[in-house]
Amino acid sequence: MRIAKQAGFYVLLGVVLIFFTFPLYWIVASSFKDRSDVISATPKLIPFIEFTPTTNNYRDIFFRAEATTGTGSTVTASADISAFRDRLLNSILITGASTLLAVFFGTLAAYAVSRFNIPLENDFMFFVLSTRMLPPIVVLIPVFVLFSDLGLRDSYFGLILLYTSFNLPFVVWIMKGFFDEIPSEYEEAAMIDGYSRFQAIYKIVIPEAIPAMAATAVFSIIVSWNEFVLANFLNRDSASTVPPYLNSIIGVGAVEWGRLAAAAVVFVLPVVIFTFLVRNHLLRGVTFGAVRR
Amino acid sequence: MAEITLQNINKSFGTGIPLAVNDLSLSIRDGEFLVLLGPSGCGKTTTLRMIAGLERQSSGDIRIGERLVNDLRPGDRDIAFVFQFYALYPHLSVRDNIGFPLKAQNLPSAEVNRRVENVAERLRITHLLKSTPGRLPGGEQQRVALGRAMVRQPQVFLMDEPLTNLDASLRTDMRVELKHLQHDLATTMVYVTHDQIEAMSMSHRIAVMNNGLLQQVDTPLNIYKHPQTLFVGTFIGSPPMNVVSGKIMGLRFVSDDGSFWIDIPPAAQKYTTHGAPTVFGVRAEDLTLHERAAAISGIAGKILVREPLGDETIYGVEAAGETLTIKTPPRLRFKPGDNVTVTVNHSAIHLFDKISEKALLPERWSNV
Repeated sequence: MRIAKQAGFYVLLGVVLIFFTFPLYWIVASSFKDRSDVISATPKLIPFIEFTPTTNNYRDIFFRAEATTGTGSTVTASADISAFRDRLLNSILITGASTLLAVFFGTLAAYAVSRFNIPLENDFMFFVLSTRMLPPIVVLIPVFVLFSDLGLRDSYFGLILLYTSFNLPFVVWIMKGFFDEIPSEYEEAAMIDGYSRFQAIYKIVIPEAIPAMAATAVFSIIVSWNEFVLANFLNRDSASTVPPYLNSIIGVGAVEWGRLAAAAVVFVLPVVIFTFLVRNHLLRGVTFGAVRR
Repeated sequence: MAEITLQNINKSFGTGIPLAVNDLSLSIRDGEFLVLLGPSGCGKTTTLRMIAGLERQSSGDIRIGERLVNDLRPGDRDIAFVFQFYALYPHLSVRDNIGFPLKAQNLPSAEVNRRVENVAERLRITHLLKSTPGRLPGGEQQRVALGRAMVRQPQVFLMDEPLTNLDASLRTDMRVELKHLQHDLATTMVYVTHDQIEAMSMSHRIAVMNNGLLQQVDTPLNIYKHPQTLFVGTFIGSPPMNVVSGKIMGLRFVSDDGSFWIDIPPAAQKYTTHGAPTVFGVRAEDLTLHERAAAISGIAGKILVREPLGDETIYGVEAAGETLTIKTPPRLRFKPGDNVTVTVNHSAIHLFDKISEKALLPERWSNV
């Protein structure tokens, strides 16, 4: 009876696991297929047996404008396929910069709100949050006009600015909740020990806050990394990111599934790697060792 | 080593809220162990934090030694502070925690290590230097926090209820140890607590505060024997002082309902006024219980409850409409319901003005 129960549990786990990971597997597998395999009517799942893996798709998106596919026909995409490399660098630069800025300024703001008596603090925090209440597409037209006037369209700085401001409210709210939990005695002790408040923040509070900063950074990265609408409309000619690119290589006549899958895999990897690196911080949560409550 | 002078200190946390500290003037002698005692919210911790510079007083001057420290940052006041929750830095080892104040002074690391090890040895925590504070039991965290305070050899130690989070037995040990430590170091110490036993057993002098007002500053015994306000009388002592509200009628104190009365001893009569609303107070050990007998004149009463504590027994007695707490040697055996006579040690009574709550009798009234 107990064994049957356990077996049932593992079967259920297996089903759930397949449900969530199969699409990922499908994309990864497709990225290594040539054109005939990827559009084959019978699904080809197992590499080396059902299809012969090829790295051509990766080579194409990184190095070639046009490529011959396995069947020998040439497919022309609507965009320059080899732009992927530049787009990826743009994405990394814009996401990285906006995340660093959002976490940096958001952490400082959250600290200030948490530690000092600010008049109308609740209203201020609501105002901060209210900027997140609209979906970005609602503000697209005013931002488009504004950016045109300011010359921020097609620039790195424009998107970095936008993504930073979209992520700031989130960082401020999460970090404020976190700082509220860190007793102010830590900084007070450090200040009595002869340090300035900034030194106390740097030496005592920030090391304590790293798990929370890592968690907010992950969310900021995901938001900026995946953002499509603003990137698509504001940065059409230069400094554009990967999501609009993925859309553009879908092509006119035929869909280049293999290349699309390869680009998607490369696009997902950095976020997976970063999340993997900070997973301990995310899981460890918040422990306040030496303060007894 | 330094004395601390507080001059007309006020602290307000906003209009409409009563002052947290109200016109406090206090001078703490060089090398003194002074305890700030009072119930929670009385302003004692605020006072300590103002001395430390963690709060800015709304008005008044604070001096440490000869220096006016009103505008000095906490780090420049040459003080050490031990927090109730210790506030050990969780990501630093015990060694780095203790050495943290020295690193702020940019001392060479050999010197830092030497001093950290000296302090650790003295507090018997040398074996803990490599551990992280979060894993340590409360008593050892307490020692680390003390070490961090001692290592810089400050002019003043400030302690905010440092023993509150310890187990009862550990607290007793640490009390003795802290007292020795302060005696050996001869450093001025200001110690905040709401625990009167800590205050009585450790301090040179106690400053009792209530509602932001300084009530009395005196040696522990004087605070106990000669409370200058009704609050001090009732706050200090366990069981608390018996108090009866009433007024002076000629040479007698008579309770509000008229059923309880007591003669005022001749030496005290010149300090009382006929008709003045007065509170009578007497400690549990200054009342004596007798079996009811015609030969003894006193207040007739009946035993309500009996609390044997081993070395003494506490009785709750209903006498002339009042409930009195009486401390007796254990050899007296009364049962609830027994009829008794209560006599009062007249030279140990307390009288307080009911309006101002100030003591009416001067310190040595019964010897005059």
